[in-house]
Amino acid sequence: MARIDMQGIAHSYIPKPKQEADYAVKRLDLNWENGGAYALLGPSGCGKTTLLNIISGILDPSEGEILFDNKKVNGLHTRERNIAQVFQFPVIYDTMTVYDNLAFPLRNRKVPEQRVKIRVQEIAEILDLTSDLGKRASGLNADIKQIISLGRGLVREDVSAILFDEPLTVIDPHVKWLIRRQLKQIHEQLDLTMIYVTHDQLEALTFADKVNVMLDGAVIQQGTPEDLFEAPAHTYVGFFIGSPGMNILPCTIEHGHALVEGQKIKIPAAISKTGAAAQGSLKLGIRPEFCDITSSSENGGVPVRVKKVESLGNYHIVTAKIGEVIIKVKVPEKAQINPDSDNHVIFSQDHMILYENEKALNLQ
Amino acid sequence: MTIVLDSISLTSNGEPYIYESHLTLERRSLNVLLGPTLSGKTSLMRILAGLERPTTGKILVDGVDVTGVGVRKRNIAMVYQEFINYSSHTVYNNIASPLRLQKLKKSEIEEKVQETAKMLHIEDMLDRYPSELSGGQQQRCAMARAFVKDAGLLLLDEPLVNLDYKLREELRDEMQEIFKKRDTIVVYATTDPLEALMLGGNTVVLREGRVAQHGSTLDVFYYPKNVDAGITFSDPPMNILKVSLKNENGAKTGYFPDGTTFNVTSHLSKLDPGDYQLGVRCMNIGLKPFNENDIKISGEVDLAEISGSETFIHVKHENVRVVSQSEGAHPRHIGDRIDIFFNHDFIYAFDMEGILVLAPDRNGSNSPQS
Amino acid sequence: MEKTQNNKAWFLVLPVFIMVAFSAIIPLMTVVNYSVQDIFGPNQRVFVGLEWFKETLQDTELHAALLRQFIFSFSVLLLEIPLGIGIALLMPKKGWSVSLSLVIIALPLLIPWNVVGTIWQIFARGDIGLGGAFMNAIGVNYNYTANYMDAWITVLVIDLWHWLPLVALLCYSGLKAIPDAFYQAADIDGASRWKVFRYIQLPKLRSVLVIAVLLRFMDSFMIYTEPFVLTGGGPGNATTFLSQFLAQKAIGQFDIGPAAAFSIIYFLIILLFCFIFYQMMMNVGKGEKK
Repeated sequence: MARIDMQGIAHSYIPKPKQEADYAVKRLDLNWENGGAYALLGPSGCGKTTLLNIISGILDPSEGEILFDNKKVNGLHTRERNIAQVFQFPVIYDTMTVYDNLAFPLRNRKVPEQRVKIRVQEIAEILDLTSDLGKRASGLNADIKQIISLGRGLVREDVSAILFDEPLTVIDPHVKWLIRRQLKQIHEQLDLTMIYVTHDQLEALTFADKVNVMLDGAVIQQGTPEDLFEAPAHTYVGFFIGSPGMNILPCTIEHGHALVEGQKIKIPAAISKTGAAAQGSLKLGIRPEFCDITSSSENGGVPVRVKKVESLGNYHIVTAKIGEVIIKVKVPEKAQINPDSDNHVIFSQDHMILYENEKALNLQ
Repeated sequence: MTIVLDSISLTSNGEPYIYESHLTLERRSLNVLLGPTLSGKTSLMRILAGLERPTTGKILVDGVDVTGVGVRKRNIAMVYQEFINYSSHTVYNNIASPLRLQKLKKSEIEEKVQETAKMLHIEDMLDRYPSELSGGQQQRCAMARAFVKDAGLLLLDEPLVNLDYKLREELRDEMQEIFKKRDTIVVYATTDPLEALMLGGNTVVLREGRVAQHGSTLDVFYYPKNVDAGITFSDPPMNILKVSLKNENGAKTGYFPDGTTFNVTSHLSKLDPGDYQLGVRCMNIGLKPFNENDIKISGEVDLAEISGSETFIHVKHENVRVVSQSEGAHPRHIGDRIDIFFNHDFIYAFDMEGILVLAPDRNGSNSPQS
Repeated sequence: MEKTQNNKAWFLVLPVFIMVAFSAIIPLMTVVNYSVQDIFGPNQRVFVGLEWFKETLQDTELHAALLRQFIFSFSVLLLEIPLGIGIALLMPKKGWSVSLSLVIIALPLLIPWNVVGTIWQIFARGDIGLGGAFMNAIGVNYNYTANYMDAWITVLVIDLWHWLPLVALLCYSGLKAIPDAFYQAADIDGASRWKVFRYIQLPKLRSVLVIAVLLRFMDSFMIYTEPFVLTGGGPGNATTFLSQFLAQKAIGQFDIGPAAAFSIIYFLIILLFCFIFYQMMMNVGKGEKK
């Protein structure tokens, strides 16, 4: 177990960075509590792998301090930081059996063979690998190989944190849940700090207690999966989380209404007040789950043109347009939507968020 | 053009990759090949492309047998999972290459390249090299090269699988627009049932080298002809439970292997007594009853995953694992006892061989199979 | 995996076929022809069946040459493979020094073989050669023309100097193909430098090493130019390896029949050992296949 603190950390791959854009990770402070399950979520190039490499010691940060249990570890080699890492593709020693693979880290540290045996069997039990122990590692499936990689990290008793770098990349979609289950079990049974890097929002949200969403080298929001879903602090978080993502509508606020492409949209009083006072560019955010399609303009229904209705099992996704602005609406399966008739969209007043210059103004 | 695959099968080094199959692909149709890895999707595509010769059977294009014809003579274009571009050519030359092979005039080539690049939003990158582009842009370049040809058959082998989640959504939307405007037959391979639903058109469900079912996507989704099609066409896979239906005291009772019973109602009451496999999709299994006639099952939580807007709970009941999907966040620990409810109105009944016997009523219409 | 039928490919291969036929197959058939005949003169031939084969295999001079050849080839392998791997491990992986070191290492490979022999012949001379004179100056009694051990060592050194770069370059390309994640994982596992070599680098070099071993074995087993230029096969026949022995027989003594028979045996020995090496290396360390 370890508490990891990052203070004033920033990193640039260029020797003499001059401006913000030269930094792969912009100045940030992050804390990782003992035993927590965290995700670093973001698109390619956002800096999440760089951040992970700074934690593991593969990279020395250009600026700032990184502390494990309040002890500064900048400059400490990876093997001295007591961390384990699982990579995008399984890293196993081809010539060894599964048992020897798991025993390797312990034998390198001169642990007595008795203890090695007990420990390997313990971990194999947790990971359901007991029946595979005698087999040669190179002949097994990719998902089992990944679990072995994970096991090698767990087998050391001094491991303080486990880092995952997009570990499900090469795993067959139908067996991904097996590894996710192992991860959840380990989290519940072993009380280790776990940090998981991915670009897949579903993976991040199902794994982590707390998610850090990154964009362009900065953490734009940190929160629980529910927080990120209900109250995205940045338009990118709204867009990135949820499938489909939040509808972001450029608007202006006038006389107690929001105006999107000339159409009036009913908004709650709180939003109209903050909106009227705001100076920057305004956007109205609302998730497709909190919109509905009706046939009339009662209850604030806004006229739209329905472009596409996709049927996805027990719900439909309706793609509609107000002017040139696209809106997606999630409606239950029973709803019958006719693209040619007069369609209107109703926005739930309780779930609207106003953004000024991409940042949320009125989160509770 | 119309393509017919007649009694096609593929065996290589003694291993069967595709069992005998018949398929017809109509003009202007979008056909999704849906199935897990190693189900035969790529083999089928290679046969359609002419890169591989089927062990038995014929391929007919507009009635003409083209089985032995090499890929260069066939009118096809293909996009792969890995972003494949000519690394020593600029984006412009990449897109232009098939047109140059067709010996078109320079002005025509210029026009088509610009048009296709605009369609895929890469018109500003025409003088860059693929290595200078991001993953998504490289794949757009590969797609442009395929689309510019106006081929009669367009093959896409899981083209979005190596892209970021959100990029996938974006490109998928764009591709749907593009396909609508073209006169080609599109064949799109994927492992994701949601993608198949979003693309629409027709779906061919493949499992272990066999065509489990093919037809219009919604038909296959709502009326899976067999357990294979049902399982493949849902993510998480459709839950299958064995039951015995017996007539008792004038009413039908259902028995699970562990003794749990339930009253058989709704459309299931049309079934004759006997042994069946019941299929239910995760979204029709919940933590709260949907109606009074729901089937209740008790079990142990194997895994609970919260994705912000929904919770997936894997429940172990006897030796069967059932996955339920509910809206909202419902945290549970591994090992907790839990009750889950099956929505009676959405249960499929398959016989013990796996063939569909009865499907749920859909919008009032009741039809066992199409 | 089959490609669809296309017969045009045969036409492209035809010129190569013809060339190989003229330069290899037809001469080979001629040799087979000679090996079963006794040739006294241009028009006097007698069919003798397998007599030459029997005689050749019993020739004690041949046995001696064969032994020398095996010792030489195995010494070459034992020295060059480990040293080649070692050099590859030491070569830089990134930056401008990569191109520089690749060029320097490759230089010996570019030199014509008899020039290599000549360079060393002069270099190792006790009177005017830098190396030879140096050895004598520091008190070592070194004379490759008179002392058979010195001659052997010199030939080995020439071969190493000439061909070590090939092994090094092959291993270098093999090492480059190993993803960084393996080294990072080994670091996290606390593996020592030796363990990283034994458990990650060596297994992943397998296919490259197969090529290196096969190439070096074949070439060294057929070595002719360098020892011939250096010592002419001497002192005595200390450095008369198999190909020189064969040449002496065929050309020097006009004994074409036995020479032809021996050529065939020579060819079969190389084939046999290559097969053995290949099987051994491909199957070492391979467990259950899926």
